[in-house]
Formats: sequence, structure tokens, C-alpha cells
Amino acid sequence: MTTAVDRVLPAGPTTAARHPLFIATGSVAAAGTMLMFGMLAVWFKFRDASPLRAGKNGKMIHDWLPADLKIPEVATNTLAITMVIAAIMGQWAVYSATRKDAQHTTLALFITGLIGVAAINAQVAIYKQMEAVLADGAYQTMFYAITGTMLVLICSGVAFSLVAAFRVLGGRVADRAVVTAHALYWYFLTTAFIALWFVVYVQK
Amino acid sequence: MTTVNLPSTLGAEATADSGFLGSVGAWLTTTDHKRIGRLFIGTATLWLLAFVGVGSLLGFERIDSKTLTFNEGMMTQLFAATKTLASFGVMIPLMLGLSLAIAPTQIGSRSVMFARNAMLGFFLWAIGSALVLSSLIANGGPGGGNAQMVDLYLLGLALAIMGLLASAVSVVATVLSARTAGTDLADVPSFSWAALIGSSSLVLTLPVTLGTLIYAAIDHHYTRIAFDGNMGIIKWLGWSMSQPQTFLYVIPAVGILAELAPAVARRAQPLRGGVFVGVGLISVALLGSVTQNVHGLAWTGTLADKAKSFVPYALFNLLPILGVVVVLGLALLALKSDSIKMIAPFVPAFLGGGMILTAMLGNAVQLVSSANLSGTVFEEAVLVYISYGTVLVAWAAIAFWGPALWGRMLPAKAVVGIGALGFVATVFAALPMYIAGFADQQADSIKDFDYSGPASLWNTVSTAGHALFAVCVIAAIVVAVKSFATGERVAGNPWIDGGAQ
Repeated sequence: MTTAVDRVLPAGPTTAARHPLFIATGSVAAAGTMLMFGMLAVWFKFRDASPLRAGKNGKMIHDWLPADLKIPEVATNTLAITMVIAAIMGQWAVYSATRKDAQHTTLALFITGLIGVAAINAQVAIYKQMEAVLADGAYQTMFYAITGTMLVLICSGVAFSLVAAFRVLGGRVADRAVVTAHALYWYFLTTAFIALWFVVYVQK
Repeated sequence: MTTVNLPSTLGAEATADSGFLGSVGAWLTTTDHKRIGRLFIGTATLWLLAFVGVGSLLGFERIDSKTLTFNEGMMTQLFAATKTLASFGVMIPLMLGLSLAIAPTQIGSRSVMFARNAMLGFFLWAIGSALVLSSLIANGGPGGGNAQMVDLYLLGLALAIMGLLASAVSVVATVLSARTAGTDLADVPSFSWAALIGSSSLVLTLPVTLGTLIYAAIDHHYTRIAFDGNMGIIKWLGWSMSQPQTFLYVIPAVGILAELAPAVARRAQPLRGGVFVGVGLISVALLGSVTQNVHGLAWTGTLADKAKSFVPYALFNLLPILGVVVVLGLALLALKSDSIKMIAPFVPAFLGGGMILTAMLGNAVQLVSSANLSGTVFEEAVLVYISYGTVLVAWAAIAFWGPALWGRMLPAKAVVGIGALGFVATVFAALPMYIAGFADQQADSIKDFDYSGPASLWNTVSTAGHALFAVCVIAAIVVAVKSFATGERVAGNPWIDGGAQ
């Protein structure tokens, strides 16, 4: 019979953690997904509760987006494409790091960060073009809350890209863990943004 | 139970000649998982005192429903304080603190993964929860009259949630990635498994609360149109402070019980996989809570209507009960042994586990629409049962793993005595409210709840229960501080090595 004493493990050697950064980033991505999808769920709730009105083609639609607000579709669609490109750049960084190609890894990481900055710029441009005033109503409040949260997440992605890029620049190209986790994070950002883009900017 | 007591290789440790400031500095900048866990446990104990104190005050005010002892305007804040403190001040941080302190030790890791992140989590939570408490004192919080303090409450709650999330991520990453070589996930001790499931549940549900909180905060600060201003906070965020969401907060408590039973039986847990399944079943509640809706049982209409109501009700409210029953059943199966040697921590763990099960059963009854218990004090009693039950289990865990965390142990008589008294206090505090709930005493109300029955008696007994629990908490703090600071040093864990009973 095994006793409790027998089952006490002896102090072993230092354990090499298996992909801790990837797992932690996966957890953060899961949390971020729940955050954005939770916010979208509340958005749906409010949109469904809004009264109905006749749309341009006579079809009844929910009177959720105020009539005086126009979604700048060129900017929003460009932003969506930008986010997809950012994810591709993140994967390029992984591809290059796997081949221990420091030059291309660094380039890919910097481009990812740059695209992130472009995404932030595009979102600010959308705010400018829409000219929505935050205190004007429920739609405006929720619009700024959900897109602002996404903006903060993209900012964190840009910071991640810079940290990863400088690590590779510092000669740690063999350390693929950061680059892989970085790519995962940008996949999450892209997925979350595409969901937001579809609900807020396409479905309106 | 397997433990590996390894010294932490990270962080600044206080040395004998570092002085008081050096010691405080070492604690505040530590990356030692045991210290981070102890910081969570210690701070949560302070909030526990506040929680029990508020419970006693509310109970006292309800003894006579005709006259008011305190300012009526205070009551909204006090009711909000009980809900917020129970979840975000006591249950989550206590269990998370134990997970941070114990889980790495159990799986053979020298430290928690991303220890600085876990420490950042502690700071965010501590500052956030202090802001929440301050705002409630200054007429903020749900229903608060001071708009700036309501904003502060929302900000504090957001900070606290972000802190808990950060620490939960560290626990998840530790159990998944830092197990000793050759240890599969199926081989980890029951508590580590429960810590993983509990922390994963937090990672998946707290962001939903955070998202709603962001909406509510921006809406409250700028427009107060969409989320009903200060009155809408509990309506939109209340789900994160009530059942079944709270079931997720106490998953590690069930793991502690599963850990102690084989230690008492002095043999390996039979059907260990069953324990893991039981713990996992409790987490099904997260699917229900993130919908931010109450899934009650309305047994009316056609068979299809009944099925439509029953399926989500059973899935989100009954399945977690089955999980606890499975763990308790297997714990009893482990105890069916000739080599049983009762150890003191098992007593509060078993009693606390019983209280958690009582809360879950109460929640299941409360959600049956024909019972007409929704909106009554029955709902409050469920929260008292689950939070006090969790505290009892945490007390057991502190006693059981005390030697690993502090190198000293608590006296067995004190562990049993405080545990048993805490159990009596919990029953006194909550059971009369179960009865008063059936008599239709309204929740979140301090007056005008005359009903046929000894209303004053139920509320007096409940108040006495809260007060007795406060005494238990103070006694536990005194005993723990004295024993862990000046008690006899022990090697290993005498509870399982046979040195203590």
C-alpha cells in the first residue's frame, strides 16, 4: 500500500518549463476574446432592444445607428484588411525565426508593429470622420467603449511587437518562444477586430 | 498528496539584518510565489473582516423592521459592499492566493510562472479593492449618491478584476507548463487540478464582467442613458457577484477537500480521474454565467416549454452540484480505509465543503419559479453559505499547508475549534435567512417586511451568526499570527508525516 509519505516527491532538478509564454499568451488571448465577445453580446442586446424603422429599401431595421452618423466604410474596410496583414506579418516572423533568419525576423516584427500603428491611425481617422460625440446617446457611448477597448488591445500588440523585435535585434533569434507568442497575440487581435468590424461597421 | 518543498530562486528575500524597511521592501518586491500567495490571503482576510462586519450591521438593522438605527441612505452601500466584498474581496483572492502559494510546490516548480505578473496582479487587486471600499464608504458604488465616488467604484472594480486576471493567468501557465519532468496533467494533485480549472474559469468569465464594466463606467461618467446610471450597476454586473458564477470562485475549495480526504485515509485517492471530472463539472457553470442571464426553472406550459426551461437550468445549476457530490462521494470512498488517522484540517474542510454544497442546493431551489424565492433574503443566504463555507475550507488549507508556507504549524485544537465554531456561525447566519426567504422577507431591504412568523427572531439569530463568525475570524487571525510567527518550527508536513493528528 502506498502511504502519503511514500508519495512525497524528492526535490528534483530545476524543471524546464514547457512553452510558458505561449500558454500565458494563449490565456491572455482567451481572456481578450471573452472581453470583446462579451462586449459584442451587450452590443447585440442593445441593438435588438432598439425600435424598428424603415430602412432605405423599405425594409424594417433596428433604429440603433443614429441617422446623422455615417460609418466611413473605406476607412473601416481598410482597417480590417490592415489587421489581417498584421497577422500575416506575425506569422512571417515565426517562419523567419524558425530558420534563424534574424534579419527577416526583425523586419517582420517591425512591420507588424508599424501596421499596428497604422491600424491605430485608421481608427482615429474613423473617429474624426464620424464626428460622433460621446455624450450624445447610448450608441455613441457604446461605440467609443467597444472600439476604444479594441484600440487599447491593438496598442498592447504594438508594444509586444516592439519588445519582440528588440529582443531579436539583441541577438536572441534562437528564442522562438516570444516570436511565436507574438504571432498568436496578433491572430487574436485580428480575430477580435474582424468580429467587431462585422458587427459594428458592416451590420451596423 | 504530493508536495515538493523547493526554495524559491527568484525575488529579493528579507535578510536578518535588512531591518523593518528592508523587510517591507522585500515583501513588496517579492517574486516568491509563497509570499505572493500569502499577501493575497492576508489582504483578503482584512476584507473578510469588513465583509463579516457589514453582514453583522445589516443583520442588526433588520432585527426591528419598524425603527432604523443607522442612516437609511447607508444601506444601499452596505448591501453593495456585501456582494462586492464576498466575491472580489474574499472568495476569489483567498482561493487564488492558495493556488499561487501551493500549486507550484505541488507540481515541482521552483516558482510560479511570470511571478512579476502575479505580483502586479496582487497590487492591482489590492489597490482596486481598496478603492472599491473607499468609494462605498464615501457614498459611491451601486445606487450611490456621489457620482464621482460611483465612478471610483467602477474604476476600482476594474482594477481589481484586472489584477485577479493577471494572477489567474500565472496559475494557469504554471500548472500547464511547469510540471516536473514526466508528470502528466492527469498526475497532478487534486488541488493543483482544481487551481487550474478555477483559474481558467476566472480567465474566461472575469473579462466578460470587465467588458460590461467598461460600458457601465463610460456610460455613467458621460451620459447615464444606456446603463441606468448608478442604479443599473448591480443589474448589469450583479451576475458576477451571485450564483452560479460564485461556484467558479470556489472550485479550488473543492480541490482542497479532495486533497485532504486521502491524507486522512493515508492512501491514494481511489478513482482519481473521477475527482478530476467532478471538479471539471463545476466549471460548466461558466457557460451559464457568461450569458449574463438567470436560468431559472419555470415548470409551466407545454412539454417543450418545460424542456426549454429545464435544460439550461439543469446544465448551469444542477451539473455543478453533481460535480461537488462526485468529489464528496469519492472523498468518502477514500475514507473507507483501515488506516484512517483523522487530522485537524479535515474538520473545517469537510464542514466548509458541506456549506458550499448547501449553498448550491439552495441556489437550485431558489431558481424554481414556483418557490417564489427570487428577490428574497434566501438569495442573500446562499451567498453567505458559499462565502463562509469557502472561508472555512481556506482555514483548513492554511492549517494543512501552514508548515510548507511558514515552516511552523497551527495547534490542532485551535484548527478544529475555530472550524467547528465557524460552522455553527455559518448555519446561524444563513439558515434563518433561508427560512425568512420562504416567509417572503425581501432582499436588500431593512424595513417594512412584516410577515407571519418570528421575523425578529430570524434576524436576531442571523446577526448573532455573523457576529460569531467575526469572532472566529479574529480568533483565527490571532492563532495564525502567533503560531506562524513564534510557534515551533517543523520539518516537512507533520499532518501527513504522522507527527500531528
